[in-house]
Amino acid sequence: MVTPNRIVVGAHYGWRDWLLQRVTAVAMVLYTLLILALALWHGGLDYAAWKAIFAGEAFRIATFVFMASLLWHAWVGVRNIAMDYVKPVWLRLTVQVAVIGLLVGYAGWTIQVLWGGT
Amino acid sequence: MAALERPVVRPRPVYLNLFAIRLPLPGFVSFLHRATGALLFVAGIPLLLWWVQRGLASPDAWNAMRGALAHPFAKLVLLVLAWAYFHHFLAGIRHLLLDLHVGVDLPSARRSSALVLVLALVLALAVAVVLW
Repeated sequence: MVTPNRIVVGAHYGWRDWLLQRVTAVAMVLYTLLILALALWHGGLDYAAWKAIFAGEAFRIATFVFMASLLWHAWVGVRNIAMDYVKPVWLRLTVQVAVIGLLVGYAGWTIQVLWGGT
Repeated sequence: MAALERPVVRPRPVYLNLFAIRLPLPGFVSFLHRATGALLFVAGIPLLLWWVQRGLASPDAWNAMRGALAHPFAKLVLLVLAWAYFHHFLAGIRHLLLDLHVGVDLPSARRSSALVLVLALVLALAVAVVLW
């Protein structure tokens, strides 16, 4: 028997993306303020200050959280643009797969930059 | 039979042709939010990673990076990306405030969109002064 008033939009993908976009945005705002504060603390950024800042494990983890937020935020945004303007399904899927590949690559690059060298 | 009739589905008024619509100011700021987001994705993320990586590699690499960024074209790219970041950042904060029901009436929304537009340009101007 068909239930008449069932909810047909039960997956809530939209709600999840909406919230994700805002949580990652707030994380990036906080990191931006942290960078500003550190730049002021060191009186500008030269090589020594840059090295000193990135030597701290807590800062590396904060940077990783920022980059993860940035990449996830970018995915939601670029996907929205693709859904609005790239109409042929095959092209949209191609674009989306390319974007995912790029973002995963950036995540790998981030890890390499943060923990690969020293 | 009448009970089995499907409701009339009217086509939704989706109209996104950017060359045929004239946006009000909040709409223009919203469009720039998207455009700057796309720009930051395409150019901002790789440049940021490259910058951090070169900056950490060695004093020579740091100086080489600084040298590369001193080129007029590089400065222009940096300036555009800085403006894109400011605009996206401020428009995003405006968005969060709207979500919290702050400034949702039309006059406030117009004012805040103008503020976002102008403030981002002023901050970009400050960056330009520092760069040149």
